[in-house]
Amino acid sequence: MSLMSEVGQKAFNLGVPLAVHLDVTYRCNERCVHCYLDHDDHGEMTTAEIKDVLDQLAEAGVFFLTFSGGEVFMRRDFFELVEHARRLMFNVKIKTNAVMIHEEEARRLRALDIDTIQISVYSHRPEVHDAITKLPHSFERTIKAIRFLREQGLRVTIANVMMTVNSSDHLGVQKLAAELGVHYTLDPTITPMMDGDTSVLALRIPGEDLPEIFHNPALVGSQEEFCAPPQPPSEEDLEGYSCSAGHSFCYISPYGDVFPCVQFPLPTGNIRQQKFLDVWNLSPQMKEVRSIQAKDLTVCSSCSHVTSCTRCPGLAYVEGSMRGPSTADCEKSFYRTGVPTANMLRQGLSKPPGRVPLIQIRPIAMPA
Amino acid sequence: MPEDCIYIARSSAIAARALAGEMMVMNSANSTFFTLNEVATAIFQAADGHTPLREIVRNQICEQFDVDPEQAQADAEQFVAELAAHGILLVSNQPLAAETTR
Repeated sequence: MSLMSEVGQKAFNLGVPLAVHLDVTYRCNERCVHCYLDHDDHGEMTTAEIKDVLDQLAEAGVFFLTFSGGEVFMRRDFFELVEHARRLMFNVKIKTNAVMIHEEEARRLRALDIDTIQISVYSHRPEVHDAITKLPHSFERTIKAIRFLREQGLRVTIANVMMTVNSSDHLGVQKLAAELGVHYTLDPTITPMMDGDTSVLALRIPGEDLPEIFHNPALVGSQEEFCAPPQPPSEEDLEGYSCSAGHSFCYISPYGDVFPCVQFPLPTGNIRQQKFLDVWNLSPQMKEVRSIQAKDLTVCSSCSHVTSCTRCPGLAYVEGSMRGPSTADCEKSFYRTGVPTANMLRQGLSKPPGRVPLIQIRPIAMPA
Repeated sequence: MPEDCIYIARSSAIAARALAGEMMVMNSANSTFFTLNEVATAIFQAADGHTPLREIVRNQICEQFDVDPEQAQADAEQFVAELAAHGILLVSNQPLAAETTR
């Protein structure tokens, strides 16, 4: 076990929130066709409120802090927030479309010793990328920004969301990432919009296309290992937990709502009304999330994939029960290994049923 | 460099946080990740740039951990040299600007 894994396990066991994803705004200068967010500002936290949250997160033991949005640079105070976070000695990662990063911003980010900057790139073809972002010349601006960041020696990761409209472009984006000297990640997840509109799910690539990704060593490493048939679970496995959501990780929205994860829209409290540690330690919802062991899962506990599946409790929650299956992950397990899941078998299916809703974030209603 | 004149300060390039009494430290420049034991954590936390290392060892280490002063000083100097080589601590024979403490 690596030192990082040991620390992660220690934080998990102690219930320390080692990592937090903080969206500082939902506003954005792009209008990506697949985005699930409402970009209007419904009262996002002020500079002072976010600084107070950062103070509280440092006190709570948070080490890894991800700033995301919306587009983080839409906030005029963004550098002030990052400076405050770095004074508190967080390891800071930033997710951005980068179109507002020029030489000066790149220099400032270097001076702040940001760990990683993750940038969305949808295609190596400008016309395809711009058609997805609906912002003319966004490809050109984003790539220029990546060059500025690399010139400063910053670590950059290109995040490539894969959907129907760019499904043939991921190899081109991978090549572009290599040319730019940056890391590359591919994500085939498309999520419903915050208002419940699921029309964007039509952009999801069909499950039948997943094997091509899962059998690409450049993306998954050892294919033999990644696509290995599932092993029967041990008793210890069945006493394990799904993921770090609510155990050592959580998500905070621009309105102060706290969730177990950015993909787990279970409201647990609001830090405009409560201290962060009170939400983290005392919220009944957080406690419930933490209580669920593999043996408690209604369908998955009897599934051969239970130890190797990427089952997301947040996606399961959106489907109806945080103890139930996440069909999107059943689909991934099936197309990764060729072995049907318990969820499929109980429905008499020999292959996954097709597109299913994945995620929906609803802000907690504020008292009048 | 005379040992009485060693001053140490935390580099501003690092991220750090205590977890159950041990300090996690990461250097963003190369993503090297360390955890410091209790003694090393005490030295790291006392690295304010203006307190001589010998004073840190005497006040923070010998008193708290009941160790031999000479051995503690030698161990501390070795530890400081190692962390300085990784860009975690800055070392000087002059007082340094203090970094943020948490």
